[in-house]
Amino acid sequence: MLDIRNLRIEATSYPPGEAPRHVVLVDDVSVAVAKGRVLGLIGESGAGKSTIGLASMAYGRGGVRLTGGEVWFNGRDIRQADAGALRKMRGHEVTYVAQSAAAAFNPAWRLMDQVIETSLLHGLMTRAEAEARAVALFRKLGLPDPENIGRRYPHQVSGGQLQRVMTAMALCPKPDLVVFDEPTTALDVTTQIDVLAAIKEAIRDTGVAALYITHDLAVVAQIADDILVLRGGRQVEYGTTDAIINHPSQAYTQALVSVRSIDHVEKVSSEPVLTVQNVTARYRGTGFDVLKNVTVDVAAGQTLAIVGESGSGKSTLARVITGLLPATAGRISFAGRVLSPDLAARTKDDLREVQMIYQMADTAMNPRQTVGTIIGRPLEFYFGFRGAEKRAKVQALLEEIEMGRGFIDRYPAELSGGQKQRVCIARALAAKPKLIICDEVTSALDPLVADGILKLLLELQVRENVAYLFITHDLATVKAIADKIAVMYRGQVVRYGSKTDVLTPPFDDYTDLLLSSVPEMRLGWLEAVIGSRKMESAGN
Amino acid sequence: MHPILKLVAQRLALGLLLLWAVSLLIFFGVEALPGDAAQAMLGQSATPVALANLREQMGLNDPLVGRYLHWLGGFLTGDLGKAMTNGQDIAKSIGQRLGNTMFLAFWAAIISVPLAITLGLLAARYNGRWPDRLISGVTLATISLPEFVAGYLVLYVLAVKLHLFPSMAMIFPGMGVFERLHAIILPVIVLVMVVLAHMMRMTRAAILNVMQSAYIETAELKGLGPLAVIWRHAFPNAIAPVVNVVMLNLAYLVVGVVVVEVVFVYPGMGQFLVDHVTKRDLPVVQACGMIFAAVYIVLNILADVISILANPRLRHPK
Repeated sequence: MLDIRNLRIEATSYPPGEAPRHVVLVDDVSVAVAKGRVLGLIGESGAGKSTIGLASMAYGRGGVRLTGGEVWFNGRDIRQADAGALRKMRGHEVTYVAQSAAAAFNPAWRLMDQVIETSLLHGLMTRAEAEARAVALFRKLGLPDPENIGRRYPHQVSGGQLQRVMTAMALCPKPDLVVFDEPTTALDVTTQIDVLAAIKEAIRDTGVAALYITHDLAVVAQIADDILVLRGGRQVEYGTTDAIINHPSQAYTQALVSVRSIDHVEKVSSEPVLTVQNVTARYRGTGFDVLKNVTVDVAAGQTLAIVGESGSGKSTLARVITGLLPATAGRISFAGRVLSPDLAARTKDDLREVQMIYQMADTAMNPRQTVGTIIGRPLEFYFGFRGAEKRAKVQALLEEIEMGRGFIDRYPAELSGGQKQRVCIARALAAKPKLIICDEVTSALDPLVADGILKLLLELQVRENVAYLFITHDLATVKAIADKIAVMYRGQVVRYGSKTDVLTPPFDDYTDLLLSSVPEMRLGWLEAVIGSRKMESAGN
Repeated sequence: MHPILKLVAQRLALGLLLLWAVSLLIFFGVEALPGDAAQAMLGQSATPVALANLREQMGLNDPLVGRYLHWLGGFLTGDLGKAMTNGQDIAKSIGQRLGNTMFLAFWAAIISVPLAITLGLLAARYNGRWPDRLISGVTLATISLPEFVAGYLVLYVLAVKLHLFPSMAMIFPGMGVFERLHAIILPVIVLVMVVLAHMMRMTRAAILNVMQSAYIETAELKGLGPLAVIWRHAFPNAIAPVVNVVMLNLAYLVVGVVVVEVVFVYPGMGQFLVDHVTKRDLPVVQACGMIFAAVYIVLNILADVISILANPRLRHPK
């Protein structure tokens, strides 16, 4: 049904301060999807998987152009089709499910109007028929109150539900092909598994063909019949799911399958550098506590991982420790002294010794400052280094984060995602802290790049004897880096102890849900786990 | 209470507070000017005795606060006092002038707002291509032309050379609606030229901003045509910024049209105000000031309320 032959996609990029450059995004990719089959497209960011997905709808984002090859869909080459024919095809024969349903729904319209829009637009059904089909799909996808949920606005439904509604929207006009573009990536791990199961069932029941785009091989293993592995816009390996997962032939695919190679043995607990005692906090103007009676400590030179889904209070705990959000009750002691709850009352040393690294390295740096200025700032502010001395220190730090000295005069826009996060690490290190709070520092990175960052953090910990408070929702990351783990759920610590203790049964219900929800790279995992759960995810 | 009602009530209360503050500013500001109404009426050569008598007669010797309260109370009951220069009832003469100004502003708005928004949508649709550049170029040219130049230009071409419309926009009580419309065509054209560009450019910018959103891509992938994408998916999310600029321009149509009224000899508020400023008729100036301020504040409250209503998050809280 869909047959892509030797596809080539190009775009013009505009790097800052340079002449516009011609780039080839996808080159010589050939792939086919038969009726009722699911093809998984997998690769890191920049591999061209979304670009190929959109190309199957003959759509190019921004200045992206399809410049070579053929895209045969339902018996015609849609590269040759005119705008009117493409409009008839899109939303009818082929539909799209975006990564972030929260952004992909128009905030001004009710869900139902958006779900049935294409069916009405293309004259496929009457309004009553379309609404009846939508409600049936809502029910099939396991949405609560399927009769009435369509009357809600996007902001009135949770992220996991929106993603299901978006799937219903894609299936409503009875398409032949649905393009799923990372449909569960933005969801919590416990929500992802339910949405994944719902999507899989809907695909099976409607007999639709699908392109499933993701960077997570474990996810695609659950849903795809065939997998195409992409790297840098080129095809690396193409075969059945079983062949790719169990017998990968290319080195790159083997690296993807065996990612998370870090084997971290937890350290013996030592003197705590940070002690959080019975801390409770709430945001101003709200009536409930986002943190309830939290007690944890971080040993000097070791890592405490805080795990939980979004809204569990992980990041709020970081804000309370740094003083950005004063606690309403409880005590925070650091290096033998009590920290003032309020940022303004802390000494310069208090500030220096607790540093922070963020999820979005992009927005954590001033785009108009060079790497040298960014890393040099804490050197100057805390230690008074200037001129050549400061420059030498910055260069030493750049070596330490395994980037060359030459990066000192670059701007953030000239760095890759992993390099940006390294610069943020160097900036935190420059203050010679005793504790670094890492807030989802690897979540925005590709698995192999994230692995590099984790290895670097572990090495730096040994060398500088710095403690980490490592906030993450990703359990694989936790296993790789933690010495102690605190599992948070709805503002409370529900499980706390050494890594081995926390990850060894018997589990409490929530930890069990969390651990069992992490996709595993084996076929049939999804069905097995859905059948054996004790607790529903809160994101549903 | 529904949060929207609360927000709207807050805006209304804030508007009233603002209006009261403006009344203080206008009253005491005029008081702080050198000389007073009696001096202004009798001129430089008045004898001290005559001045004292007139002050007594006009109540200018009463305490300041008492006079302010009396003035404000009059305003609230619709009694604006009498003009110093001709002794006429201010409320009555302003009423007629304000009616004329509103008539002119109404027709200018009826034409310019839909035209500006349509042009803005078209410019966004053809962003960077020739229709966009043509629309932007023409509207920028019309706004760059000073009003009096545009006024005389329109006058010269359409009235003097082509004899299509009357050169003077004279209207008087007893005229039919169509006669009035015929009379005001030229000033309406000039006013439309002045306010068009601002609203059109804001519409274009707001739409282009929304066009970056992910849900626009969703709409395109649903197979909607470009105009349907803009009209159905982009415009409803661009209402708030557009409404604010529209209201600012409507306020301008009421309070800022002095030059156009003078060019076309139109008997509206602007000319009325200018006349009385030159005659130092302070009660009239104060009354006009309050009315202009009220128009501005009311239109801005309206813009706020529409923006609030256009936001589904506020209209339908979780």
